[in-house]
Amino acid sequence: MTQLPTQTDKKLGLVIDLDTCVGCHACVTACKGWNTENYGAPLSDIDPYSGDPVGSFLNRVHSFEVQPTAGPAQTVHMPKSCLHCDDAPCVTVCPTGASYKRQEDGIVLVNEDACIGCGLCAWACPYGARELDQAAGVMKKCTLCVDRIYNENLPEEDRVPACVRTCPAGARHFGDFADPDSNVSRLTKERGGMDLMPEQGTSPVNKYLPPRPKDTMKDLDASAPQLAPVVDGPKGLLGWLDKALEAI
Amino acid sequence: MHPAPSVIVFTVLSGLGFGFLAWLGLGLPAVTGWTAFFCYALGFGMAVGGLIASTFHLGNPQRALKAFTQWQTSWLSREAWLSVLALVFMGLYAIGAVFFDTLIAPLGLIGAVFCFATVFATAMIYAQLATIPRWNHWLTPLHLLSLSLAGGVILAQQGSAALMLLAIAGVVQALHWILGDRRFAERGHTTETATGLGDLGSVRLYEPPHTGTNYLLKEMVYIVGRKHAQKLRVLGFAGMIVLPAAVLALLPTGFVSAVIAISFFLLGTFASRWLFFAEAEHVVGLYYSSKNTQAALNR
Amino acid sequence: MAMNEPILDTSPAVSDEVRQTTCYMCACRCGINVHMKDGKVAYIEGNRDHPVNKGVLCAKGSSGIMQVNAPSRLRAPLKRTGPRGSGEFEEISWDEALELATKRLDPLRKSAPEKLAFFTGRDQSQSFTSFWAQNFGTPNYAAHGGFCSVNMATAGIYTMGGAFWEFGQPDWDRTKLFMIFGVAEDHDSNPIKMGLGKLKGNGGKVIGVNPIRSGYNAIADEWVGIIPGTDGLFILSLVHVLLKIGKIDLSYLSQFTNAPCLLNEDLSSPNHGLVLRDADDKPLVIDRATGKPAPFDQKGVRPNLAATYELDGKIHRTVFQHMAERYLSDEYSPEAVEERCGVSAGRIRAIAAELARVAFDESFELKQPWTDFRGERHETMVGRPVSFHAMRGISAHSNGFQTCRALHVLQILLGTVEVPGGFRFKPPYPKPVEAHPTPHCHSKPDCPLDGPHLGFVRGPDDLALKEDGTPARIDKAFTWDNPMSAHGLMHMVISNAHAGDPYKIDTLFLYMANMAWNSSMNTRGVMEMLTDKDENGDYVIPNIIYSDAYSSEMVAYADLILPDTTYLERHDCISLLDRPICEADGAADAIRWPVIEPDRDVRGFQSVLVDLGVRLGLPGFINEDGSAKYKDYADYIVNHQRRPGIGPLAGFRGEDGTQFGRGEVNPDQLDKYIENGGFFVEHVPEEATFYKPWNQAYQDWAVKLGFYDKPQPYLFQLYVEPLRRFQLAAEGHGDRQPPEHLREQIKDKMDPLPIWYPALEDAHADEKDYPVHALTQRPMAMYHSWGSQNAWLRQIHGQNPLYVPNKIWAENEFQEGDWAKVTSIHGEITVPVAHMAALNDDTVWTWNAIGKRKGAWALDETAPESTKGFLLNHLIHELLPPKGDGLRWANSDPITGQAAWFDLRVRIEKTDPPAESQPEFPAIKSPVGKGPKIVRQKVRS
Ligand SMILES: Nc1nc2c(c(=O)[nH]1)N[C@H]1C(S)=C(S)[C@@H](COP(=O)(O)OP(=O)(O)OC[C@H]3O[C@@H](n4cnc5c(=O)[nH]c(N)nc54)[C@H](O)[C@@H]3O)O[C@H]1N2
Ligand SMILES: Nc1nc2c(c(=O)[nH]1)N[C@H]1C(S)=C(S)[C@@H](COP(=O)(O)OP(=O)(O)OC[C@H]3O[C@@H](n4cnc5c(=O)[nH]c(N)nc54)[C@H](O)[C@@H]3O)O[C@H]1N2
Ligand code: SF4
Ligand code: SF4
Ligand code: SF4
Ligand code: SF4
Ligand code: SF4
Ligand SMILES: [Mo]
Repeated sequence: MTQLPTQTDKKLGLVIDLDTCVGCHACVTACKGWNTENYGAPLSDIDPYSGDPVGSFLNRVHSFEVQPTAGPAQTVHMPKSCLHCDDAPCVTVCPTGASYKRQEDGIVLVNEDACIGCGLCAWACPYGARELDQAAGVMKKCTLCVDRIYNENLPEEDRVPACVRTCPAGARHFGDFADPDSNVSRLTKERGGMDLMPEQGTSPVNKYLPPRPKDTMKDLDASAPQLAPVVDGPKGLLGWLDKALEAI
Repeated sequence: MHPAPSVIVFTVLSGLGFGFLAWLGLGLPAVTGWTAFFCYALGFGMAVGGLIASTFHLGNPQRALKAFTQWQTSWLSREAWLSVLALVFMGLYAIGAVFFDTLIAPLGLIGAVFCFATVFATAMIYAQLATIPRWNHWLTPLHLLSLSLAGGVILAQQGSAALMLLAIAGVVQALHWILGDRRFAERGHTTETATGLGDLGSVRLYEPPHTGTNYLLKEMVYIVGRKHAQKLRVLGFAGMIVLPAAVLALLPTGFVSAVIAISFFLLGTFASRWLFFAEAEHVVGLYYSSKNTQAALNR
Repeated sequence: MAMNEPILDTSPAVSDEVRQTTCYMCACRCGINVHMKDGKVAYIEGNRDHPVNKGVLCAKGSSGIMQVNAPSRLRAPLKRTGPRGSGEFEEISWDEALELATKRLDPLRKSAPEKLAFFTGRDQSQSFTSFWAQNFGTPNYAAHGGFCSVNMATAGIYTMGGAFWEFGQPDWDRTKLFMIFGVAEDHDSNPIKMGLGKLKGNGGKVIGVNPIRSGYNAIADEWVGIIPGTDGLFILSLVHVLLKIGKIDLSYLSQFTNAPCLLNEDLSSPNHGLVLRDADDKPLVIDRATGKPAPFDQKGVRPNLAATYELDGKIHRTVFQHMAERYLSDEYSPEAVEERCGVSAGRIRAIAAELARVAFDESFELKQPWTDFRGERHETMVGRPVSFHAMRGISAHSNGFQTCRALHVLQILLGTVEVPGGFRFKPPYPKPVEAHPTPHCHSKPDCPLDGPHLGFVRGPDDLALKEDGTPARIDKAFTWDNPMSAHGLMHMVISNAHAGDPYKIDTLFLYMANMAWNSSMNTRGVMEMLTDKDENGDYVIPNIIYSDAYSSEMVAYADLILPDTTYLERHDCISLLDRPICEADGAADAIRWPVIEPDRDVRGFQSVLVDLGVRLGLPGFINEDGSAKYKDYADYIVNHQRRPGIGPLAGFRGEDGTQFGRGEVNPDQLDKYIENGGFFVEHVPEEATFYKPWNQAYQDWAVKLGFYDKPQPYLFQLYVEPLRRFQLAAEGHGDRQPPEHLREQIKDKMDPLPIWYPALEDAHADEKDYPVHALTQRPMAMYHSWGSQNAWLRQIHGQNPLYVPNKIWAENEFQEGDWAKVTSIHGEITVPVAHMAALNDDTVWTWNAIGKRKGAWALDETAPESTKGFLLNHLIHELLPPKGDGLRWANSDPITGQAAWFDLRVRIEKTDPPAESQPEFPAIKSPVGKGPKIVRQKVRS
């Protein structure tokens, strides 16, 4: 089963908007909260109150700094979870079949009952999207909230991943990339959605919307037309005021 | 990558064990009786011991049998199968040799092939990983195979063959280091490609996702200082290639020379294998270390 | 393949039951759905119907479950056994605890109520805690506003009857250009993020003015990396350019502001600089139709901005002319300010031009008729899609009040306040100064205070001074030192109480404020003051009572601990009488209710206050027969009435629960709230949604809801007359006179038109010795000190490096992992540094309140929060360096008393890494032990 499906019926995944993400980490703990209570073993925290706490998280937010050739440096917050790659190396390396990509929607999952915790899939993932839970000894990764998105016990509008539901800035979008008219497909087209580390050939499903151009405002010198003064000093003001006030 | 003792021990010992068994399977030396008993005990001991060591780093070893299911796609699964087949055929062959003083050549031949294949499969587990450019190269299987055979042949006490194989292993090791050092750059993996932000400018991590550590950092982001690595390379190469070769060339072939040579060889190989992991940079590091870190450590 | 995929249950039961209440991981107060399994909290998510967060939650809110399970939670009332600061306590019963408190407080009340100082920190029940203090009779009550952002509040109220903070918001749906000054997070955490998302979705642009480019500023389209403390100058330069090019909203200014009001220009007159008024005290304007003076609110009047009016020989000219004279002068030209602000003249002009373009060229009209307070009907509502927001970055400076004023003047000149696309108030705002109380401070033994403690002074007469002119309050609020300190000065209480200046107190009663650590300036000094003893070996501050829910640093310094519940275990009310949670389009309030029962001997603090009130026989808490008026806080929430028909909660009033705003008590009110998801919201009528201060429909609606008892239309105060009244006193007019040493300060700083002056610390810290500005920011994923006890959050922010810009990084040849010695005029710390390029060249910063005292919060002593983390507070003093006049000058804004956190200047030197960040303090003995070795959070799968 660790053979990848030749192609999947749906291609569910996330679009993450780097132009809107403020790096608040809400998606990180909302993810932890839902997933520790639901799919598989709890997401453990070892030595949580000591000098060196190590916990399992399925989604983490990195903060990068970009220095353009001209202009000030920019800060970009980049949340990262499993990208549910079409050519997922983490699946094919798995000796037990625990790691698999679903035929119906392309979600990449770990069947914890079959996982021996060898860690090879995590080695094979370029994106650091898999963490071996230190307490359960099984591999943990983003489930795309497979237990939410189809969950009949949740109201229709809540059948989205926990991280998407909670994102205050609305920087996370969930949908089907196989459908060209889906919100995620359209966003990807319009905003030039990109892959992370494309040279790894994993063809990720999740896409990232690049930040819009920043600091594009041009300095103006005093002679600029839009800065033509209506008054020279306070004196001239009264004259102008009268005219201006009449105009109202 | 984190140089986990269990994995180092496993790859070195099982490599050596299967290498030795392969030679025995080819009838070099064609031992029988008590000698055979001790040879096979040693061969199986190292091979099986290594395999057992490899289960130490599993989160759920009790499910290890599941690892046989995915031979179609997974090199780890294939390794499991091949090692068992190797042990079975060599086992039968050994029984013949030890208890019936008879060498059933075809069994030995098949066994030898499986031993060889097992080491190859082990190597492929690392060589297949595009995420670790240093390993992801045809030299990697050659590296582990040549070492396995060279080590095996020392134990097999095949005189000049040993010198030749050590020479080959030496060349491969040197190449693996020299080319390996360039692999990451050649692959063009950078923080820019990792973040997709390269078009905007040069990119560096300013704040990591968490101030503590995590599984990924412990497992995959291990950075050794250059100087330290250079020292180890020299020591490793000396122990693994130069000294054994010297011993075998100068001392008369025999038990004593074999023991001395193999001791050097083992020490050297452990050093080399430690570096094999410690020097292997995983691309995930690009998401976790700012360029300063790398710079600082390479000072 | 697909056939041998494991069978998944994609519809697992989510929970047995959902209970809807209000988050308390910060002051944003979002609605939450608490999913229960087996009677335990299993999962917390946002409430989609809630007006504040509409379903989203931040990182803290989503980690609430770890807050409730935190090992640091106090277990029972504690009585100090060891010395203060040791953390040695014995657990006692509630009866004993309350008896101890009563025995101590009762005599105080009967003899000298002011000897009790009751100050509350992150208090969300201020209208209740102040009511308690008022009934006790002490003048010494305030919440944390003084060290928080009082500049923002007062500048807003005095200028336009409402502030930024969480009292207003941009018209997120329509604004096209949003300019945000000095905000890292703010109280309106989720709404701002939702708004930014919406604005970006509509293709709007954001200009971020902040020395640090992180968070909101990271997604700003334009970043202005200004030099700290100079925003006022930058803003007034924008005003200069806009006036020069005539891009101001004259019609808005003449109708809705005091720009056309007439100022007395007779230097000799005791009314010099005051507004000309008619017999019934109404400000006069000159009507352009008649050329004659008329009351500002007369029907049909067309106020003339350019008028000059002579009355018995005294010249009066309009506020507008005075402004033009001041701001057109060259001292505010872009060239004049660019170097000081670190923003090029060209960029200042470009920003001014862009503000003008969007405000006027992209102006639009909503087809929504409305009638103004003059009775004039307007067919449409004119929109100006430019909006502003700002917070502590401009307010937490000693020049913050005037800077906040300048920003309000800017947005008023552009006509973008309370108009479509601009900045909007949230009910019960707008509310002019006139609708707010003045401060009250007259305490008598065994008698309630003469009125509410806090308020807005109109002039010297309202100062909180005793007969002899000395401060009536321990924090010296409402004195000549800082006359408009509308929120008190919590940061001065311990310092003044220790110095016995203005007088000594007996009991310091604190609630929810970590004063022995992150909320105090000069933290080490404060710890010393709390433990200092007099000649007879008694503590200088004799008695300290404290209520906390967790094992914080402050706990160790109290004599008696009243352990609180967590937010999921108690009743609370988020009241319109307090800091409400309204949205611009609706009035809203909310409750908390016990969705779980405490598993230990703790009690909701407000209920404990009710109990104490009864034991002390406080009038507001007992009936004639001395019996308890209220059983507990829940009972108070339902049955208390401030004014007839007006109680803590506005929703579901009246016998049948159908009334809102005003209405009889409804015994089932809390159940109604719970049924309704824990909140109540009443939407503003269409016709009333904008122009609220002048909109008849809004004014009537506000009266209906009980915000005030009669319509209160008013003009925006570009010129703030109360400020001028203090100047007049300083100039020698009137019988209430400031002490000599403050005359100049009052004359200079309390200018009725916005000015800019350098941060006070600049006068002490030489720019050459201390060339660098040092700041803190709120991490979005942490709430002050309490995030560190949260197993999930502390993995994100377990330590806080000092972020250093390119220039300083290079100068010091810093490398990753290096440490630096950071020195201010007051102190020195040694801390880890990290590199940040998107940072003002002369600024360093760190995350606020991550550093922890060893032994606190049930953390292991090896916790990075204590070994690598640090507080900048050690470098900031609550006092300015002595001037040799024997006086204690507060490190605060001289107008409002706002703590000047961000005036800090430092020097930075590379140094060898010490074993731990410095200063180091001995460990506190944890009264609750340590946390577990492993957490596997799951109730049931
Ligand atoms: N350097 C620097 N220092 C600053 C600031 C800064 O910007 N820079 N900001 C200042 C500002 S604006 C503020 S408001 C202060 C905030 O600082 P504080 O007012 O000290 O606020 P916190 O640290 O959030 O929490 C205070 C206490 O409330 C307790 N607590 C939490 N929940 C409960 C509860 O349910 N019940 C009870 N009874 N107690 C509870 C916590 O355990 C903690 O001990 O910090 C100030 N200090
Ligand atoms: N997550 C979270 N949310 C919180 C809190 C929390 O602790 N955590 N605390 C709550 C409290 S009590 C408060 S008071 C609010 C405060 O909310 P904010 O006002 O956002 O508070 P700060 O984090 O102090 O942010 C101050 C910002 O001003 C910038 N700044 C400093 N000096 C200057 C200056 O001179 N000019 C300009 N333009 N910018 C400057 C700093 O870089 C920083 O970005 O947040 C509230 N919300
Ligand atoms: S919740 Fe949204 S805004 Fe916050 S970090 Fe995640 S993606 Fe970014
Ligand atoms: S992101 Fe990593 S774990 Fe997820 S599918 Fe791709 S390779 Fe596998
Ligand atoms: S850790 Fe589990 S899922 Fe990953 S490869 Fe090993 S067995 Fe497969
Ligand atoms: S989709 Fe679900 S599992 Fe994946 S990151 Fe978001 S919340 Fe976590
Ligand atoms: S902003 Fe976050 S912590 Fe504050 S109330 Fe809302 S959810 Fe809770
Ligand atoms: Mo605050």
